[in-house]
Amino acid sequence: MTKERKPKNVFVEGAIPPEKIATSIAHHQVKTNIGAHDIFLGQIRADEIDGKIVTAIEYSAYEDMASQAIHEIREAAFEKFDLTCMHIYHSLGRVKAGEICLFVFTSSAHRKECFEATRFIVEEIKSKAPIFGKEVFEDETHVWKENR
Amino acid sequence: MKLTINYFGMIAEAVGSSKADFELHGKTVSDLKNELENTFPDLLGMSYQIAVNQKLVSSETEIMEQDEIAVLPPFAGG
Repeated sequence: MTKERKPKNVFVEGAIPPEKIATSIAHHQVKTNIGAHDIFLGQIRADEIDGKIVTAIEYSAYEDMASQAIHEIREAAFEKFDLTCMHIYHSLGRVKAGEICLFVFTSSAHRKECFEATRFIVEEIKSKAPIFGKEVFEDETHVWKENR
Repeated sequence: MKLTINYFGMIAEAVGSSKADFELHGKTVSDLKNELENTFPDLLGMSYQIAVNQKLVSSETEIMEQDEIAVLPPFAGG
């Protein structure tokens, strides 16, 4: 039987520190029914757009709707895949090129479930969560990012 | 009816505000889009969706006075 889960706060102000990822892995060492972890990390690319280099992305979101959308994605993933654990974090505010803006961490008894779940979760977040990104250039001008 | 509309990302930039009152004369989402585009002609060339009470809705959806309305540009999470 699945338990009712409340929407968790997925938003982190600024970049997701690599230490948070390491700590998160360490927290799972007591859960010995897990045999496989899969991690997706989204990193800010220094894209060149019309001759200018992106130095950061400034994220904003329709937070209540985005939290609800991610909650539904989480529930759907638990329903679809036999997962032991799932963690999702997304940045808000400014994240510099090279830094991490999305952290999806799934765990299961065997590899197949967590591999598939991670891909599902990342694709769903990109298409369903109302999160917006402003690509900021060195001279502080910007363009708006759009997921394909 | 008087609505309070939330604008996000490039839409907020185009209308010059992230939250503002708007007087809707029609009653559907389609009416709202037309009236918004008349008020803010910059929206005409832009891609956006309307959320009513935090759900994406179709053009035929009827709007009520207490509804939470948001105008959302393309998503860019991840």
